[in-house]
Amino acid sequence: MTTTTITATLPADWRDLLALTKPRVMSLVVFTGLCGMLVAPVVPPLVLGFTAILSIALGAGAAGALNQWYEADLDAKMRRTANRPLPAGRMDRQTALHFGVGLAAFSVILMDLAANHLAALLLAASILFYVFVYTVWLKRRTPHNIVIGGAAGAFPPLIGWVAATGEFAPLPLILFAIIFLWTPPHFWALSLFVRSDYAAAKVPMLPVTAGIAATRRQIFLYSLPMAVAAIAPWPLGLAGPLYGATAAALSAAFLVMAGLVLANPATEPSQMRPEKRLFGFSVIYLFALFAALVGDRWFGA
Amino acid sequence: MVRRVNRHEDEVVRRQRERARLMAWLLGAFVVLLFLITIAKIGLNR
Repeated sequence: MTTTTITATLPADWRDLLALTKPRVMSLVVFTGLCGMLVAPVVPPLVLGFTAILSIALGAGAAGALNQWYEADLDAKMRRTANRPLPAGRMDRQTALHFGVGLAAFSVILMDLAANHLAALLLAASILFYVFVYTVWLKRRTPHNIVIGGAAGAFPPLIGWVAATGEFAPLPLILFAIIFLWTPPHFWALSLFVRSDYAAAKVPMLPVTAGIAATRRQIFLYSLPMAVAAIAPWPLGLAGPLYGATAAALSAAFLVMAGLVLANPATEPSQMRPEKRLFGFSVIYLFALFAALVGDRWFGA
Repeated sequence: MVRRVNRHEDEVVRRQRERARLMAWLLGAFVVLLFLITIAKIGLNR
């Protein structure tokens, strides 16, 4: 009997169940969902708001668990993901599937109880989109996987807003567009310096199928409409000058960094400092942009 | 070999207990949350 067999027959450790939910991705999802709720014209009672955000977090965790359940074979081939609970043999696939499906159902029911049917429907749609459209359908088939699949990650501010108000409005739709357009440059910057991982796992990410130079061009091209969408709430009268100035400064910095990526001729990951810098900054960019929107709504003139 | 199997069984029991305890806490928290949601919803409809 090998060590792996013994480990696989053990009940899953709760820490591995937690790792299955991709807590770092969840933090961004929770933050953008919370901001979507906080910029809404109606502020729900604390306990209902808290439960709605908890539902978004659990829904994101469920989507992450189901993604890892389906992609265990791919994760095993990539250095970045090989130590996840399933490829590392610390959990059996059935546990991950049951956990993911149970958590998804629970999160949608909880959202329906705390907020409204529309928010619950949107949460269910975002989970299903991430699992079936992105993970099952697009990821292994097309280099556009991130472009279309990015919509799943763009749902949280919309869900947060709808949980508070019960209806759609232009501002949360623009927030959706910002994250949708932000996702490709964010992921392509990462995929440039972990290109060999994706190539080994035969995932058709853009740097693998179209090459490094084409990916750098696409990063820059997507950054332009992203910057426009980020600044748009200000001239449209949906946010004040505090947000407008912050969005303009952050977007200018993003474009400069995307420009540096475009100008970088390196093909070795060790020489891809602009790509690594853009990837790190893109996370700060989204956090700062949404924080500025909340600051503008609550403390702006 | 026998000692190894025993150690394995001990680990299974330890993990089962740990998960059962965690599940009990989560269920307790869920009951409290449901209670609070109900109170808040009643307050909204007033």
